[in-house]
Amino acid sequence: MLSVLIWLPLVGALAVAVAPRALSKTLGMGVALVTLVLGVVVAVRYEVDGGMQLTETHTWIEAFGVHYALGVDGLGLLLVLLTVALVPLVLAAEWFTADDAKGAGARSFVAWTLALEALSLAVFCATDVFLFYVVFEATLVPAYFLVGGFGRDGRSAAATKFLMFQLAGGLILLASVIGLYVVSAEQGDPSYLLSDLMALDIGTDAGRWLFFGFFIAFAIKAPLFPLHTWLADTTEKATPGTSVLLVCVLDKIGTFGMLRFCLGIFPEASEWATPLVITLALISIVYGALIAIGQDDMLRLIGLTSLSHFGFITLGIFALSSQGSTGAILYMVNHGIGTAALFLAAGYIYHRRGTMSIRELRGLEKATPVLAGVFLVAGLATLGLPGLSPFVSEFLVLVSAFDYAWWVGAIAVTAVVLAAIYVLWMYERTMTGPTAVEVEKDAKDLGPREVGAVAPLLVALVLFGFYPAPLLDVANPFTDELLAHVGVEDDAPDVPADVPHAETEGDH
Amino acid sequence: MPDFGKPTIEYVELIPLFVVFGAACLGVLVEAFLPRETRRVPQVLVTLVGLAGALGATIYVATDVDKHADGAARGLVGAEGSIIVDGPTLYLWGLVLVFGILGTALFAERRLEGGLSAFAGQAAALPGTEAERIAATKGLDHTEVYPLLLFSIGGMLLFPASGDLLTMFVALEVLSLPLYLLCGLARRRRLLSQEAAMKYFLLGAFSSGFFLYGAALVYGYAGSVSLSDIDQAVREGTADHTLLLVGIALLAVGLLFKVGAAPFQAWTPDVYQGAPTAVTAFMSAATKVAAFGALLRLFYVAFDAERWSWQPMLAVVAIVTMLLGAVLAVAQTDVKRMLAYSAIAHTGFLLTGVIGAQGSGELGDNQYTSLEGVLFYLTTYGFASVGAFALLTVVRDAGGEATGGSSWSGLGKRSPLVAGAFAFFMLSMAGIPLTSGFVGKWAVFTSAMSAGFWWVVLPAITASIIAVFFYIRQIRLMFFSEPDPDGAAAVTEPSLLTTGTVAICLAATLVLGIVPGPVLDLVVGAGEFIR
Repeated sequence: MLSVLIWLPLVGALAVAVAPRALSKTLGMGVALVTLVLGVVVAVRYEVDGGMQLTETHTWIEAFGVHYALGVDGLGLLLVLLTVALVPLVLAAEWFTADDAKGAGARSFVAWTLALEALSLAVFCATDVFLFYVVFEATLVPAYFLVGGFGRDGRSAAATKFLMFQLAGGLILLASVIGLYVVSAEQGDPSYLLSDLMALDIGTDAGRWLFFGFFIAFAIKAPLFPLHTWLADTTEKATPGTSVLLVCVLDKIGTFGMLRFCLGIFPEASEWATPLVITLALISIVYGALIAIGQDDMLRLIGLTSLSHFGFITLGIFALSSQGSTGAILYMVNHGIGTAALFLAAGYIYHRRGTMSIRELRGLEKATPVLAGVFLVAGLATLGLPGLSPFVSEFLVLVSAFDYAWWVGAIAVTAVVLAAIYVLWMYERTMTGPTAVEVEKDAKDLGPREVGAVAPLLVALVLFGFYPAPLLDVANPFTDELLAHVGVEDDAPDVPADVPHAETEGDH
Repeated sequence: MPDFGKPTIEYVELIPLFVVFGAACLGVLVEAFLPRETRRVPQVLVTLVGLAGALGATIYVATDVDKHADGAARGLVGAEGSIIVDGPTLYLWGLVLVFGILGTALFAERRLEGGLSAFAGQAAALPGTEAERIAATKGLDHTEVYPLLLFSIGGMLLFPASGDLLTMFVALEVLSLPLYLLCGLARRRRLLSQEAAMKYFLLGAFSSGFFLYGAALVYGYAGSVSLSDIDQAVREGTADHTLLLVGIALLAVGLLFKVGAAPFQAWTPDVYQGAPTAVTAFMSAATKVAAFGALLRLFYVAFDAERWSWQPMLAVVAIVTMLLGAVLAVAQTDVKRMLAYSAIAHTGFLLTGVIGAQGSGELGDNQYTSLEGVLFYLTTYGFASVGAFALLTVVRDAGGEATGGSSWSGLGKRSPLVAGAFAFFMLSMAGIPLTSGFVGKWAVFTSAMSAGFWWVVLPAITASIIAVFFYIRQIRLMFFSEPDPDGAAAVTEPSLLTTGTVAICLAATLVLGIVPGPVLDLVVGAGEFIR
């Protein structure tokens, strides 16, 4: 089942690559939609509370103890669904811009996008560390060609910077993956299966070194201060569609990896490293928001808000409490939806006005009211307005932060204010004010295709804002299991336990 | 007068050697008796049939080798102890022969130079003279390259199979001398080519001297040149330990020169650049295979008990080699030179594997040995290297092969297939997953880590990160740069010989990256060296 889900877009990518150019987009969209249906089927067959399921295990490279092993749990399922849902929307939003004469052509855009989808799905489903590493690195190839082949001038330098950062992180991760093999081989048959590795008895020192290899790679991916510098350049030069794939899907691998591998394989080292990680997360949260305020380029600004958001996610993960972990998982999904909407809306503005400079944009609200509305809702989601889904996750993470230490919560909460500043100020400068004459004449409002590409995202934002229960139901069992494995229990509430509150009521 | 006994020769097991050397002699006869114009086709046929026959014989022998007396290894000691046909030998033979066949195909390519081969029309004619011009207009061709290639391959087969230091030395010379000649035979940029040959010869001769001196010292220590007797002597620990250490060091100089490890790497970029690209392609893969085979046999068999004294030396050499290769490659603007420096970096990665865990005490159950790791890496690197150099021959401008940096810019738009294939080889050399280079890199790093050499693996990771930079730069140049208005290179349509070679290398690089299992099983099945 999962194999089909992964291989279908990959085969689709090959098919698009060899099919005639005229068919590329239709064929690609078809494959993406079928993959979406498959993703929904996986979700329907998934049993809440079932742990790792739909598993497949085949020996792949026997000499290295490597398996082709797949499976989904709550965390994996949510990210799989996010991925399969975003890809068709990206293809729809970039339908005409993919043909841009300056780019590498629609065929290669569609093919690389599908390849990226397939490899990302494999990352979220892999339950063998070697397989995970292989697909983790392999995602970079399509991502590199997407960044380098499409977007604004200077993109090839941005693509190189992106790739260098990611590959450097990947090679550091390689050292740790090799270290795991050595530890595993010392204790019997070498095996890379996640379940075998979680049962390993890793020495304290070795565990901490290996943890750092994993953590640095994921901190580059996520990204986390001070390894974030590739993010803004990449989102600025790439097309908004590519940025959606990168920031909303690919970067989630970083936080996904922290939950699954850092906490899963090195619980002791993770607990030991919390002070450092939380400090970095806090710096990311505040610093990302502050420099986002000062940006002039809209895509750069949105990229940097993600730095702040990824700080929140990391904070939630390493607060090591059930609210924190659940909040972080929800945050990953909600950030994916909200930021995707924001990127796509920014892309629509770019196609109309040909610039992303906030200073040059003015008064779009009157000419294109629907676009302005979409932009506003996406922006409000980003700043965590109650009633939209990011609020729920941000609230949970903040609760866990205050639980961890009051000052951590106090610092993190400032970002809520800063987020309001960067979103609303950007909206004010770009959408309100006097409308230029040529804008009034030329700028068309969103067409049905463009609305269709963002509408599902907006619906999801509102739906999960009022009714987050489905997400919580999927995330909670995963969180419980993970925290039990790490060996942390939530602090009991500070209410004196011997007050016979419930009992007295029950007696009546 | 001493008794003179008739030596026993295991003719069946040594067939691959006989076939290759026989074909080489036949090539010389063809050269002597056929008129110049008609020699080419018979020469190519003799070479290909010889190599394919030898490959078939190797496979036949490999399916039928018995366990050796000591139980750990398979194979036999042949030719009174001078030639050892064991699992690793057979695997290396197969590898050298495959690269030999691919090399022959590149040698025989004639469509790229407008109906001429890539070799000089008349090597004796001085560059720039009337004689050279006449040779060029007559369309003369040196067909001697085929027998030279065969002799060199014969030496490469013998080198890793040598059972004593003298045979090893003879093999070293047999493989080197034809290569020196081949390097100097380029049709274009002849002065560069001749300079390369001269440098290679002088430095090579010098390093052979070191090797011979080392062999003499070790003989003085052990009283024998046979590897197994040396092993015995080292285990017993005779007096005069210094003699042994100096001997090991001098032997190492000779071998490290051949593999191109620092500080003996200086010849590599000049020779790789100056030699005809077909020769470079063959040499970069096959010489490395043969020389690493010999290096492994020497250190693992003869000096195994002295492991603790040579391991740190090779570790330092490995670190210096890969960092030097990677850093200097960044500074290159010429593609061919860049590949040469990257070859140096790969030598360092291979040495990382050589120092890895080998003894049974160091390994867990079912863990593969460092020997197996290095053999696998040689396979993966060889295919990527032959493929990449083969592609260099087809990207040309008016002056022949265009290797200067900027002439490749925008190639991805003009010839997406060639650029894509080259990018794929670059990714494999950079060690990106789903290519063979990744699995190879993983294998050698893991053996080093298992032996506790984390301080070698960390520089290796650093060198890999640096190396990624220049591989990616090449990909970026091909796909995302605008073509250079004056002097953009174009792809010349090659014949099936080059296309086929590239296709085989591509397939091997892809398949070994996705399903390395079968080849790894083959490597594991090869087992240990016979002591």
